[in-house]
Amino acid sequence: MDKKVSVFRKEHFNAAHRLHNPAWDEAKNDAVFGKCNNPNYHGHNYEIEVKVTGIPAADTGFVIDLKWLSDTINENVLEKLDHKNLNLDIPEFSNLNPTVENIVVVIYDILREKIDPTLDLLVRLYETPRNFAEYPVS
Amino acid sequence: MLYLTRIEHFNAAHKLYNPDWDSEKNEMVFGKCANENWHGHNYELHVTIKGEVAADTGFVINAKILSKLINELVLEKLDHKNLNMDVDFLQDKMCSTENLAIAIWQQLVAHLPEGVQMHCIKLYETPRIFVEYFGE
Repeated sequence: MDKKVSVFRKEHFNAAHRLHNPAWDEAKNDAVFGKCNNPNYHGHNYEIEVKVTGIPAADTGFVIDLKWLSDTINENVLEKLDHKNLNLDIPEFSNLNPTVENIVVVIYDILREKIDPTLDLLVRLYETPRNFAEYPVS
Repeated sequence: MLYLTRIEHFNAAHKLYNPDWDSEKNEMVFGKCANENWHGHNYELHVTIKGEVAADTGFVINAKILSKLINELVLEKLDHKNLNMDVDFLQDKMCSTENLAIAIWQQLVAHLPEGVQMHCIKLYETPRIFVEYFGE
């Protein structure tokens, strides 16, 4: 069978963050980021959806082994981000605002290195059940 | 008697940490929830009140009034806040979901209109973990 199929794995992590641009004064940070700028942080239950697209292998019937994908997300993304402060604990955000947009790109870059380059990868990240971002854009 | 539930949500940071214990014991009991730099959740709050349906309005409570009470007494104090540091009614309390549910009950109970009683605070910390408090 040479038909392309997408498979998905959902995972979740909980983290604190704040949205703040140190190059701006407090008034501008408040005007742009509102209550997301709270100096003592707030937090979210983040939900990740990882989509991998390819042709199922003839011998296994798999696009990708979903157990391997789950382990890879756990070891490389969740262990790094879960129950952490994104601003303080994660080096990638020391000079990058941890918006849902920037977090989804960081997660994509981590996973892209681990996953077979012949497979397409897409990551969707929910910050709340109502706010989410997707990368890359097709 | 009829029950009415209003669902709200808020996002907050917290940590589980008992200052009377050393870091080792906190880590043993609370695991990664004790992370010193906090973590956070999307909390979902279900407030259920009970009362008789009034003949003239058909309401147990005007749902708009209940929403306003929850917003002023609970959400404005909790949403986008650090539960351990920023919230007056959680000072000196462990910020577990259990204690948060009890504290939310106590915030609201004295402000309900006559004839309306609190029935349940149901609080989701994640889609998979929630507590219920019935005032007992």
